[in-house]
Parts: sequence; C-alpha cells; structure tokens
Amino acid sequence: MHFLVFIKQVPDAAQVRVDYETGTLIREGVPAIINPFDKHAIEAAVRLKDQFGGKVSVVCMGPPMAEDALKEAMSMGVDKAFLLSDRIFAGSDTLATSYALWAAAKQIIKEEGPVDIFFAGKQAIDGDTAQTGPGIATRFNVPLITYVVDVKKLDPEKKTVELVRLVESGQEVIQTTMPCFLTVEEELNTLSYAPLPYLIRAAKTPVKVLNSKNTEIEAEYCGLKNSPTKVRKAFTPPKRERGEMIEGDSVDSIINQLYEKIQPVLKTMGKV
Amino acid sequence: MSKKDFDVIVVGAGPAGMAAAYVLAKAGVDVIVIERGKFPGSKNVMGGIFYRKPMDDLIPEFYKEAPIERHIVEQRMWLMDDVSHFSMGIKTQKHNSEPYNCFSVLRAQFDKWFSKKVIEAGALLINETVVTEPIIENGKVVGVRTDRPQGDLYADCVIAADGVQSFLAKSLGLRKKITPNKVALGVKEIIGLSEEQVNDRFGIKDSNEGVTIEITGPFLKGMEGMAWVYTNKNSVSIGIGVIIDDLINHNMNPNDLLESLKNHSSVLPLIEGGETREYLAHVIPEGGYKSVPKMYTDGFMVAGDAAMLVDSIHREGSNLAVESGKLAARTYLEAKESGDFSEKTLSRYQEKLEETYILQDLRYYRNLPELLEEKRYLLTEYPQFLIDAMTEIYTVDGVPKPEKFKKIKGELKSRFGYIGLAKDLYTIWRKLR
Amino acid sequence: MIKQDISKYKHVWVFIEHENGEVARVSFELLTKARELAKDLGCEVHAFTVGDKVKQFADEVFKYGAKKFFIIEDPFLKDYITEPYRDAIVHMIDKHKPEVVLIGATTLGRDLAGTIATVLQTGLTADTTGLDIDPKTKNLLMTRPTFGGNLMATIFCPDNRPQMSTSRPGVYKAIEEPVKGEVIKEKFEFDKSKYTKQIIEKIIEEGEKVNLGFYDIIVSGGFGMGSKDNMKLVQELADVLGGTWAASRKAVQSGWAPQTRQVGQTGQTVHPKIYIACGISGAIQHQAGMKSSEVIIAINKDPDAPIFEIATYGIVGDVVEVLPKMTQMFKEKLGKA
Repeated sequence: MHFLVFIKQVPDAAQVRVDYETGTLIREGVPAIINPFDKHAIEAAVRLKDQFGGKVSVVCMGPPMAEDALKEAMSMGVDKAFLLSDRIFAGSDTLATSYALWAAAKQIIKEEGPVDIFFAGKQAIDGDTAQTGPGIATRFNVPLITYVVDVKKLDPEKKTVELVRLVESGQEVIQTTMPCFLTVEEELNTLSYAPLPYLIRAAKTPVKVLNSKNTEIEAEYCGLKNSPTKVRKAFTPPKRERGEMIEGDSVDSIINQLYEKIQPVLKTMGKV
Repeated sequence: MSKKDFDVIVVGAGPAGMAAAYVLAKAGVDVIVIERGKFPGSKNVMGGIFYRKPMDDLIPEFYKEAPIERHIVEQRMWLMDDVSHFSMGIKTQKHNSEPYNCFSVLRAQFDKWFSKKVIEAGALLINETVVTEPIIENGKVVGVRTDRPQGDLYADCVIAADGVQSFLAKSLGLRKKITPNKVALGVKEIIGLSEEQVNDRFGIKDSNEGVTIEITGPFLKGMEGMAWVYTNKNSVSIGIGVIIDDLINHNMNPNDLLESLKNHSSVLPLIEGGETREYLAHVIPEGGYKSVPKMYTDGFMVAGDAAMLVDSIHREGSNLAVESGKLAARTYLEAKESGDFSEKTLSRYQEKLEETYILQDLRYYRNLPELLEEKRYLLTEYPQFLIDAMTEIYTVDGVPKPEKFKKIKGELKSRFGYIGLAKDLYTIWRKLR
Repeated sequence: MIKQDISKYKHVWVFIEHENGEVARVSFELLTKARELAKDLGCEVHAFTVGDKVKQFADEVFKYGAKKFFIIEDPFLKDYITEPYRDAIVHMIDKHKPEVVLIGATTLGRDLAGTIATVLQTGLTADTTGLDIDPKTKNLLMTRPTFGGNLMATIFCPDNRPQMSTSRPGVYKAIEEPVKGEVIKEKFEFDKSKYTKQIIEKIIEEGEKVNLGFYDIIVSGGFGMGSKDNMKLVQELADVLGGTWAASRKAVQSGWAPQTRQVGQTGQTVHPKIYIACGISGAIQHQAGMKSSEVIIAINKDPDAPIFEIATYGIVGDVVEVLPKMTQMFKEKLGKA
C-alpha cells in the first residue's frame, strides 16, 4: 500500500508574539515546526504501513528550509520525502496551494505508484483554514473524510477503510473505498518515539525537490497573481490592556470589590 | 571484533563534537553525531563571544558565511560597585579588518550553520536522541546505548562532547563529581533593540562592529564571578556567572543578580526599552587546569566542556572546545592507521592538548581558582580601592591634586597595609609562575 | 486562474445547515448579517440548502429575511455526505450565480465549503469573524484571525464569483425580520454509483448540545479546577448568574467537561458580556476563543498566569476557595438567596 501525507511547516504559533507598535508579528526566534496535526497524519500513515506493508511518502510545500520538516517526517518513519519548492508558488491562497500540491502528488504517484490513502492534518495552526486538504481531495475526485479520530478497519483486498470522524453532534463511523483523503485530529493517535534506525535512515536519505521544472505544474494557476483571494490588509487586533488586580484582606472583601465593579454591567443585562 | 555501525560516534553537537565530526568526515571517516536537543544549538549556551582562530583553522574564512552577529573591535573591562564603574579597555582598528579577532554570535543560529557544514562534509547528524550509557565489552568502549527503541550503536571509538555534565565521562570513572566550588551558574538574557540603538549606545559607527563589556568588582559582593554585556546585531547579550558555592553562601539567586545588573545605573542605559527575547541558564566548569580529567580510555575520548576545558579567567570555552574536538579527531585518524584504539594510542590526545596554548593557558592559571577561593577579598577590596581612587581624582572639590594623591596613598596603606599589599602581590606572582 | 464574467453574479446566499430536522443557529446569524450586506450591495438575501426534507425550514428562513429559499430535496441526501451535498449545491450555484455565498464555519460547513470552492474554482475565505462591503468596489471584505488570533487579515476576492466565506458561529446576533419569501425547488440527478462513501453508524454524544454563543455570561473552568467534581463550582456560579458554563481544552481533555463546552481555538469562540475564567492559565489558543469578551474576570493561583494579561479584573487565589464564596455572595446580592 502507498500512503501519501501532505504536511506544512509552520511557525510555532504558541511562540509568536505581537508587536503592537508596528502591528506585525514577531517571528524572530520562533522555531519552525511541523504543523502539529500533520504529525498525527504521519504517525497514522506509518502505523498503517507497519501493519499492512507498503510505504509512506510525504510532501511539503515551502521554502528550502522546509527540508527540516521533511527530515523530521522521515525520522518518524516516512520512506520518501518530497519538497515542493519554487518561487512561482509565493503568495498562493488555498485554491492555488491545493492546485500545486495536487500537481506534485500526481508527480509522486508517477514515481512511486498509486496512492491508497492521502493524509493531511485537519488544519494548519498558522492559517487555520482547514481548506487545503479538501481542495486536494476534490481535485483528485476521491472521497474526503475530515476530522478523523480513528482508523477502525482497513481491508486491503476490498480496498475499503472504516473511519471515525467528529461531527457537531458527536461522531460518525464512515466506510469508504480507497483511494480516499483523510484530514485528521490530534486524538487520532499518540506520537511514538521513533526507533533509532528511522533517524539514521532519515539522516542518510536526501529529500527530493519538486519544482515547476521537474513537475507538470502550470504557472498560470500558481502564486499570488493566480489566487482568487488576496490580502487587503493585515493588522493586529487591538491589544487588551492588562486590567486591574483586585486585592483585599479577605476573599469576602475581594468579591465585594469585584461586585461593585461589575454591577453596572450586570445592570445593563437586567441581572440586578 | 564486535558489531560496527560507524567508525566513530560523536556524542553532542556543540562546538567540540562538531569540530571532531567535521575533521573526521573530511577525512572520509564514517561518523555519526548524536544530539539530544531539537537541533544543534537548541540547548547550547555561552556568553556569546566566539574566537576566530581555532575555527578558522578548521573552516578557513568561516566568518564570511557563518551567521555571526558583529566582529568585536572594542573590549571593555569594568570594575563596578553599586554606584560607579571604573573602565579600562582596548579599541583597535587592528581588530576591525579581516581576519578579525572574535565575534559575537547567537548559538542557536551559529551551531545550526556549523552542523550544516558538518553534514555537508559527510557526517550523519541525529537529533532528539539521548545517549544513556556507553556499551562496554572486554573493558573497552565499543559503542553507546540511546533512549530510542533499537537504540544501540557500535563503533571503533566514541568521542564524548556531551557538555559539562558529561554523563559518559562520569560513568567511565574519568571524571569526579563536580563540586559546587568548581562550577559557576551562568544566566543570560538576549535583549532585543534596534541596530541603530545598539550602535548609538555603544558608540559604534558600523553595524558589523561590536563591543564587549566584562564586569567584575565589589558589585558581586565578594562572590567569584563575572558579568558581561555583548553587542549582537539587533540585540544585546547580558549575563552573569557566579560560582555556585558563593551563591549558596551568600544566599543569592542568579536571577536577582541579573536583575540588579540590568538595573545598575551604568548598565541600564545600554539596554533600556529592549524586550527580553530569550532567557538562558547554564553551568560553566570553572575548576581550571586541576579539574581537567584524564581524557581518554579504551575506545573513548572526551572533549570540550565535558573535559572541563574552560579558561574562566579569559572567558574562553567554545574555542577550547573546537580545539579539543579537532585534536580528538586527529588522534583517531592516527589510531586508525594502526587499527589500534586502545588507551595507549589514544593517550596521544591529551599529550597533543598539553602542547597547545589551551592547556598551557590553563596550566598558567592553575592555582588561581584556589587562590581566589582562599582570598575572596582580592575580588572586592582592590577594585573598590581603584574605584574610590579614581572617583577622588576626578572630583573637583577645591582640594589640590597633590593632597588627593597623598590621601589615596594613605587609604592604600590603611586598607591593606604595605606588608599586606606586598604579600598579596607576591602570592599572585607566585601562583601564576 | 480561470477568469469569469463577474457581472452575471447577483444576491447574497446563505447556506442553511441542518441536522436531525433542526437548523443550526449559525445559519440564522448569517442570514441576519447577510441582510446588512445585501443592503450595501442593493440586492436580496437568499437561503439555500439540500437534504431529504428541507422545505419545512422555509418559515424560519423567511423569518430571518430571506426572500428566496433554494432547495434540492432527495431521500439520497438524508444524511450529510460531502460529495453528493457538494454536487447538488454546485449545481444550484452554477445555475443561479450568487455573488456571495456564506456558510457557517462549523464542522460540516468547513468540510463542505472547501470542496465547493474548488469545484467552482473560486476564492474561499475560511473562518471569518468580520464581513463588510467595500463601498467603492462593492467587493466583500472578509476579516479572519490567523496565528491563533494574534493577527487579523482582511481578504477579498476581486475577480472570481461567488465570493465565499465560512463564518464563525457566535459572531453575529440572529435577529428576526420576517419577509414573505418564496421556495424554489431544484432538481439534481445523482449518479449514485459515483459515491462510494457511506455512514455506517452515528454516535450521538451524551449530554445536550450547547451553543455557548447564546449566553451573556460564561463561567469557564480550566485545569486549575483540579478535578471533575470541582467543575460543579463553575456550574453553580453560572447558574446563579443566569449564564452557562464552559471549559478549557485541558479540562476537556482531562474528561471534566464535554467537548461541546470547549472554548478556544479548537472549540467555540465566544463574546459574552462577562467571561469568568477559573483556573485557566490562558494559553493563546484559549485566548483566541474568548479574548473579545466585554469583561474578563480571571481567578488563578499563579499571579504570572497569562490570563491576567488580558483580564479586566484579576483575582489571585485558589478557585476552590474563591468560587463557593463568590456563588454564595452573588446569590445574596442578586436576590436569589
């Protein structure tokens, strides 16, 4: 079986801070990491490979430094890593990104054989759109199963797979044919501590670079110019000023003070 | 002969480990580096100054491509009390042209770059893996065990560059337990400023030029230690390192010390308005020559901080690390020719080090740690006298200068006594001999 | 990029999300917002949906100002399955060419919107919290948070139609403004063999479905509550204040509260008048879900907890000690004793 995972390298959103004076993000010193949801997608693919045999490929679109993410993916047990990197992708929105990744995936299929399950994280923590995965699935015209929390049963003979996904009211068990496209939640699995041979193989295996020259990608669908959505402006939300610490001799006195302060708000709501 | 996965396993991707791996890989040796941090540099801490010479021997003109912050053209030395500082220093154009003398660097970036060079040279680098113990067969080190599943690795030789706490060197009995009078605790912050702010505040014309300030004196309340301020491109590294025993005896917390340093009237204007970008803490081996252990055994060598190679007087650690890593690698290459990795062959490593300036420098100061431990007042009273004397000289208060000099002389006599003074000078001279 | 004649597109469409015969509240919120946009554009608000029996929603939809309600009814669409829903909706959009399509950024909406936009080859702005019309160009300006709420971006889609947005639930208030509307039934022939995915089981989570966006007062408990039992203290205070209770991700992961009550980046976004954070340290992922509350009251043992950076009022103390007292005293003050 062949599993293909789409990953993204993102700045660790938890460490990004805001410069309120310039209205920009301070990214300096913020480490680039594999999007956390994508790691669970890799883990899921590697476990299926361990169980059913085959191989795991992974592709990441980004600048040359995204190679680090691919190396890390390989050290988790991925067999083949592809970096999709080209200036023509700069400024791509989700539609243009899903186009580029789809084209890259077709190239990978050419080189490594047909894919049974495509994987991606449910969303990236920098953009939070959750749209690139569905976009790629649509272009491949394969069943899309989002918010997957469990892979219950895989039948390699019948080429079907049973999955559990989150929905607003609870969960659904879905059965689908393969190939299919899954976007996964963190709850899907716990990341395992990879064995040393994986790490050594990752250090030894080069990442293959895909670009507009060695892949059939049409530039007219790529980049800022060919993205339907454009960013008009980016700004930082107004800073919430640090408020007032309420102190007092006793809990009673603190609560009394608090009550006095919020009484006007409670009044507007008709609570008092 | 047991199994063999690699020729050499280097433990730790700091300057010592990477220098060793670089030399080995360049010579075509199959070498793997095992680092416990997320990436090389992620766990490494130093004051922030990197000397050119040892690295330049390894990678000629490395400063042209490495991510360095500024080359240092001025080094200031401050004797500081709570309200004043007496400044000496050297600013010279001789350090303002290639090949330069030393640089300020940010380790996270510099080490990452160094590791790229090491990988390009042909070494394998494995991150996020902890070496838990040496594998010993027939009394010889034949490999290491890691915390990873299927994590055993075998090699001809293991080079331990695993830092000041060197678990490997300790477990092989090469190193004694570190005592708190032989190590300092260093804490450091990187404070973000604009390039212009750094230039203005330190009197620098060009953003590639940098200044270092090293601070000691009564400010440290008699504790042995040193503080520093280094200029990076658009930030300042500010830190303080104090012998752990002294911190305990003075009931001091290094974070409070750093705070009082940052708020000192001489220091505050340099960093005011900046934002703390990083906070780092690290243990620095300060035992000097006498705490340098035997650095080899069968199939095993120790380099860098792991071998306690720090010149605490001149604040040099990373260049000693690079130098020792290089020599360990060269020793391996010699041993490889004969295929003999026994203790006897590897003993050449320590001999080589003894011949370099590294151990000669350390030997020169070998008695200083004990002297300072014995006579802590040397660290406070003389500097205080100097500060007071300078203050006196530069205070215009109607007292004629000859009278001032007389007064200073009187102070010198009453504070130390001429005999005491002579004794102290003699002791220092004798200890450095 | 495929160029379109954008002048052919008109009206603001709102997707009516439904499950088990009930319309999701976000659909009404979006209808209300759509009325504003339609006014600026000089066009109408239309609703649309597909399903087995969806005509029944017409009255509700017209109550919120939709002039037309486009539907496709087919027993094949009984349960939500991405691909047939997508194909039926794309069919309607292709035929009627709306200028704007709004979908709730729910689990279902986010599953659906990206695949529709890809088939239509148009722009989609996900998870928006602000929608406006540019007075000059009449383009839809869609504002959304990124980087866990640290950065806002205003995005527009100048050359492609429809302009699509998924919008977070709870951002706009649902306000009725009844009109007399018209139901327009469309048909779509499914090639059923094309669809190879099916639901074989539905697991309905125990407990009620909560729309936290409903409430003016939310009392929320975090990991600092210490135990599932202690979450009762949060509920009790919420009851006294006439609000509802919620939880942080850590509390949910610890099994102290259902996921449906989670506030934050991976849960719900809320904007109550008063948000009381109890034992919540305030990681930016949590802040992203509650930062725009009018008054934030934080109770935490740790004076350095990041929650205090954004709190209107901060109390350093043990929640287990403070909360029962607060409940008791507020009960007296609000005359509920």
